[in-house]
Amino acid sequence: MKRYTIFVITENFIGILNRITIIFTRRGINIDALTASESRLSGIHRITIEVTANEDTVIQLVNQIEKIVDVIKAFYHEDEGVVYQEIALYKIPVSRLDGGLEKVIRQHNAKIIAAEPEFVVLELTGHKEQTQELLEILKGYGLLEFARSGRVAVAKRMLTIESFIK
Amino acid sequence: MMIRGADIVVRSLIAEQAEIIFGYPGGAIMPVYDALYDYHEQIKHVLTRHEQGAIHAAQGYARVSGKVGVCLATSGPGATNLITGLADAQIDSTPLVCITGQVAAHLLGTDAFQETDVVGISMPATKWNIQVQRVEDIAAAIARGFFIARSGRPGPVLIDITKNAQTDFGEYNYVPCLGFRSYKTYEPVEVSKIQEAADLINKAERPYVLFGQGVVLGKAEAELKFFLDKTGIPAASTLLGSGALSQDHPNYVGKLGMHGNYAPNLLTNQCDVLIAVGMRFDDRVTGDLKRYAKQAKVIHLELDPAEVNKNVKAHVAVVGDCKESLSMLTSAVEGKKHESWMARFRELEQEEKSTVVQPDIMPTKAGLTMGEVIHQINQYKADDAVLVTDVGQHQMIAWRYFNYKKPRTQVTSGGLGTMGFALPAALGAQLHDYSRQVVCVVGDGGIQMTIQELGTIMQTKAPVKIVLLNNNYLGMVRQWQQMFFDKRYSFTELDNPEFIKIAEAYNIKSQKVSDRADLKEAIEDMFIHDGPFFLEVVVEKEDNVFPMIATGCSVEEVRLS
Ligand SMILES: Cc1ncc(C[n+]2csc(CCOP(=O)(O)OP(=O)(O)O)c2C)c(N)n1
Ligand SMILES: [Mg+2]
Repeated sequence: MKRYTIFVITENFIGILNRITIIFTRRGINIDALTASESRLSGIHRITIEVTANEDTVIQLVNQIEKIVDVIKAFYHEDEGVVYQEIALYKIPVSRLDGGLEKVIRQHNAKIIAAEPEFVVLELTGHKEQTQELLEILKGYGLLEFARSGRVAVAKRMLTIESFIK
Repeated sequence: MMIRGADIVVRSLIAEQAEIIFGYPGGAIMPVYDALYDYHEQIKHVLTRHEQGAIHAAQGYARVSGKVGVCLATSGPGATNLITGLADAQIDSTPLVCITGQVAAHLLGTDAFQETDVVGISMPATKWNIQVQRVEDIAAAIARGFFIARSGRPGPVLIDITKNAQTDFGEYNYVPCLGFRSYKTYEPVEVSKIQEAADLINKAERPYVLFGQGVVLGKAEAELKFFLDKTGIPAASTLLGSGALSQDHPNYVGKLGMHGNYAPNLLTNQCDVLIAVGMRFDDRVTGDLKRYAKQAKVIHLELDPAEVNKNVKAHVAVVGDCKESLSMLTSAVEGKKHESWMARFRELEQEEKSTVVQPDIMPTKAGLTMGEVIHQINQYKADDAVLVTDVGQHQMIAWRYFNYKKPRTQVTSGGLGTMGFALPAALGAQLHDYSRQVVCVVGDGGIQMTIQELGTIMQTKAPVKIVLLNNNYLGMVRQWQQMFFDKRYSFTELDNPEFIKIAEAYNIKSQKVSDRADLKEAIEDMFIHDGPFFLEVVVEKEDNVFPMIATGCSVEEVRLS
């Protein structure tokens, strides 16, 4: 089992996400994270799916996703083949903001992006290992809330959407 | 000119050259039914007795005709009654366009009367589906639906149309769909792959062809025959591949799978090059994958890239239309004969003949066998007679002994194994062509799942020949109970009605046979009779189907008893 990023380039039609996720549900495979956004071309969406599985399974998933009539292209990469980031937000009570915490923030290159009378929100963008490390530390600072996005990724391979729709 | 959405639906179907609709009306589809009233000269509608009957009939029609089957149903329960048929058509690659009515757009999501999320429910069971809420989108959705259903690897499409879209007025301008950017029907065949495949085949000493329904769907029957003529390679058929090659062809060696023939299963593990054409290595064909054809180099000719390397790794995958790839391959290979290898098949065939086939088709014991019934049918049937079967022992026996000679003569529920499929599917097959013989072989269990379609047979006068093989058991399950569950016959025995009285009630000529002496004449009468015929044959209660590859066993562990 390994971590893979599956990219799906698709028409922006109602229900498409559903059609894609049932391919995973069917096999009882958990999606670790998923993000969807418009691509560079209007009307075409890209969906990034992170999954832990063996490669044979991933190949079959990708083939079955690509078979969906409204999907333009699906492909996958290992972590080495993609540039990716995840964003994490941490909500901490103001009362815990002291010199120690400020040092942690600096060391991890996190940012305070909101300060309210009762809490501050820290932001860290990076790989899961990094945001996870900070999470563990902040649990000791009365962490109130934590949220992490799915992977936002681009492939290293030099291929464009245009080459898929010719 | 502005016309009603419901008229657009019907005109679009006519524009797609649909000649027959199988359906059942209800509130949310009533505008379309109202429109049908005006177009009855251009398009026929058959009122089945259940929506499941409608969709299986559409499947039967599609399978024998190669055209798209069309089905119409109302929202809610009408639509949910289609689901089994959709799942069946999806797994067996049958082209269908199903149109369902839906509550008006402003009521969607409110649990309105007979509202069901049909698009959601049918998603995993369709090749494509869509909800149409605006009259101006109807024609384009139908055009796209037909294109998707029939192109590439065929499959079922569902179009859910809200009631307001059916009653609103819109411009009608039908533009057929010829393709769109996200959808590749199939890949062009790679010439280099053909060369690789040909090299393997030319060097092979014991090559072996397995062919499936892909050959029929790709209309590649002639190409398969030419390939076999030139190469002399033995060829075996899957359940749905039957008919793609005449059983009289010298290279034909039999049928594959759990209840297929002895030699074709056993020798799968002795060939050196396995050439799979338009088949998907279903587990009912392969048995234990870990012990399946491990010694062989595998060449897989397949339209659907998702099927390649799914169950069996291909050394050479020739993706694309097998009509194209087979003829390219035929030009690239050397002409050969494989006499001693072929002789191996014939030897084992003799073994199966004496131990299984002979006692099945020419029994000496008292009770009638399913095999002898099919054997008698063979004596009277036309070469292009269609055999429609339900699911169970009778399905396997009918498939084993029916003499397939022409393409599109095999209609059965393969991938899903849907009991209740046969009777409506036979009706649909018959309605495609009244003059063709359609024989429906069905079990006493399965017929009771859709027996109401006798009403549709009565009303349409479709001359279906129904052969009920009555063993008073859910026979296939009983066989497993006998073999694998210590003969604990848990809920498999049936107290059956007097079936021929039911047939009589529907004004269908019927006969019941319990004695061997009456069988031949009854079958002759059935074929001579002008119109539908219901023949019940009371067969031995506890016969088993052999050969058999038990679950989890390897193809070489195929048992003769
Ligand atoms: C809808 C459905 N329910 C259950 C089954 C499981 N099943 C497979 S074969 C079979 C028995 C069929 O009995 P019958 O129709 O009498 O045919 P026979 O095997 O006796 O020839 C059953 C219950 C099925 N295939 N389809
Ligand atoms: Mg039975």
